[in-house]
Amino acid sequence: MDLNYTAAEQKFRDELRAWLADHAPQDWTGRKAPGRSMEEHFAYLRAWQKRVYEGGWAGISWPRQCGGRGATVIEQVIFTEEMARASAPPLANVLGLALIGPTIIAHGTAAQKERFLTKILSAEEIWCQGFSEPNAGSDLASLLTEARPDGSDFIVNGQKVWTSYGWAADWCELVVRTDPAAPKHKGLTVLLIDMRSPGVEVRPLRQMTGESEFNEVFFRDVRVPAANVLGAVNNGWNVALGTLMHERATLGAGLHIVYSRQFQRLVKLAHSIDRNGAPAARDPVVRQKLAQIYAEIEIMRLNQMRSISRISQSGAPGPEGSIQKIFWSELNQRFQQVAQEVLGPFAQLEKGSEFAFDDGQWAYSYLRARGNTIEAGTSEIQRNIIGHFVLGLPRSY
Amino acid sequence: MQFGLTETQQLLKNSARDFFPAECPMAEVRRIMEIDGAYDVMLWRLLAEHGWTGMIFDEEHGGMGLGLVEMAVAAEEMGRILLPGPYFSTVFLAGALLNALPKNTGRNACATAICEGRERATVALLEESARWDTGGVRMQVVDGRLTGRKLFVPDASAAECLLAIVRAGDELAITQVHNAASGVSIRAMPSIDRTRHLYAVDFDQVEVEILATGDEAQRALDRAMDIATVALAAEMVGGMERITEIAVDYAKTRKQFGKPIGQFQAIQHQCADMLLLTESSRSAAYYAAWALQENAPDARTAVSVAKSYASEAYREAGNRAIQVHGGMGFTWENDLHLYYRRAKASEIAFGDAAFHRERIARMVIDA
Repeated sequence: MDLNYTAAEQKFRDELRAWLADHAPQDWTGRKAPGRSMEEHFAYLRAWQKRVYEGGWAGISWPRQCGGRGATVIEQVIFTEEMARASAPPLANVLGLALIGPTIIAHGTAAQKERFLTKILSAEEIWCQGFSEPNAGSDLASLLTEARPDGSDFIVNGQKVWTSYGWAADWCELVVRTDPAAPKHKGLTVLLIDMRSPGVEVRPLRQMTGESEFNEVFFRDVRVPAANVLGAVNNGWNVALGTLMHERATLGAGLHIVYSRQFQRLVKLAHSIDRNGAPAARDPVVRQKLAQIYAEIEIMRLNQMRSISRISQSGAPGPEGSIQKIFWSELNQRFQQVAQEVLGPFAQLEKGSEFAFDDGQWAYSYLRARGNTIEAGTSEIQRNIIGHFVLGLPRSY
Repeated sequence: MQFGLTETQQLLKNSARDFFPAECPMAEVRRIMEIDGAYDVMLWRLLAEHGWTGMIFDEEHGGMGLGLVEMAVAAEEMGRILLPGPYFSTVFLAGALLNALPKNTGRNACATAICEGRERATVALLEESARWDTGGVRMQVVDGRLTGRKLFVPDASAAECLLAIVRAGDELAITQVHNAASGVSIRAMPSIDRTRHLYAVDFDQVEVEILATGDEAQRALDRAMDIATVALAAEMVGGMERITEIAVDYAKTRKQFGKPIGQFQAIQHQCADMLLLTESSRSAAYYAAWALQENAPDARTAVSVAKSYASEAYREAGNRAIQVHGGMGFTWENDLHLYYRRAKASEIAFGDAAFHRERIARMVIDA
């Protein structure tokens, strides 16, 4: 056990830090800039990713022959940490870089790699995932969107939901049913589908926060060339599962820094907020609750380090990602509740109130955290995965 | 960066995994826990012969000079099998304190005797205030003699060497007392963990040797308490891991409604939570051990993170393990209550979760 970084890892961090010091935008405020439309905001993130790509820092985990750096999983964590430390904006094509690109690298044909990968890195083409459906959420394999062969094409009909970046996407990794007669896991195929194809309709889906991060996407007789099948026909479940494993392993990577920052901010506010005639930071109950959140953020970081060490030895993300997913999502809900308690009546103020702390950040974060235990696989599904795949308990369904 | 065991640490773990369940199976734990002090001479001899009593002591005393991550590895395996008796207080508590003290004749003799398996030792800290910080220490050493009462002294009846934390005037003092010295009387405090016994120790004009005073004493005690706390957190991880296995095995074999109960999600989710609690406690305990070994700037915070989390996690894992077993989990015959009892005693020892959260608050909120 040695938690010190090697000389090579340190050199990687230094180089990246130097690059970020020169290139990270100075006008990024951490949230959407006021007065900017969603489209302007996204164009900003796209331009930032292009700069990252030109600097050679996009998709660092990808193999060199695919345009990446072949970075180790530890270097990937360093990357996430340094981006967060520099308060750099997120990359526009996050799903393409973290989930879909690696899936194409694992299952794609030479022609598909040639066609898609570089444009994912440069954010020239933005990607979304078409997985969940109105009647296939946790039970993803029961999805109904169908693709019927028609000559050398497939004709796609159906509906997807919770599609992040659907409105901005040029392409979609779409899971469809190609063999309705086969058992549900065996009749699925992954298609790479052009979102500009005739018959694709994207509608915004407004969340409880008031934002529209997600979309509903409708497919009516959309024609997709068979060359756009990713992996083999009817092997889509395995292809999609690879994507989901990447999702659980990577989604939480930089979160401990985000949470730590927010925690430090909350502590700072707690020193100035009055609680029974003294600063809240001196109230014994508040202290207990803040210390608990500190401990949990720290443990989330340490779990992450352990899991990364395991991946760096075994090579692939495994079902332990489910532990991380449960941990960060449930922690954030507890954290946001503690923040509400510490900040008192001001905590409920939303963006637009002149009296709000941090431009309404805390009310927003409280509501947004509610989605954490649902998105990217509900806590219940994660516990099923742990029960079956890690502990070897019999499948419940 | 590598957050995993090295090859030699893994070898240590493997040999501990072979040794402890073989030499001290649960039937032995149940037999030994009925003995005063839960001290079994034969088991102690084996522990000494295999080097466990000397693991964290310097080689000059006959020890192995292993580091704190190695200590955590061993503690975890001991926690899995509920190693009974005075090992923990002798090696991980008194041993850590002896190691943190300046070398002198009395201290060296005690360390050597522990390494060789000839003696056991413990630390007497708590008094009637039952405080884990030294603010509760009132007992005075006057003219080299000690009078008063220490409470919650672990394994005192088995310990030849008592390290009593007292005051010399206003200053903290660490004193060494021989258990057999005249004026020492020991009474059991029957308590929840049957495998490790607690005692009240009365001192009446007992002659003691002062090993350290003032800042030197405080520094040594702080270091020893941090080390013992991490060892305990690691031991708790071993216990959690074991009861998770027991619960999962039971869930796979026990049938109701014609199915193994482990097929029901209500049971699966209890088991998944036990795994999450165990693995998270493990991350925290190992990090704290490493940070203490390396004298990392956040080492003391890391100790409190580990202990505050494990304190609640072990208890919660115990609740779930018993719940999964239903009525069987509530019987004396089933081993789970022994772990559940150990979990409660461990939660209390060296400060509970609330104590360590306040310590965290002082380091991260007030800083």
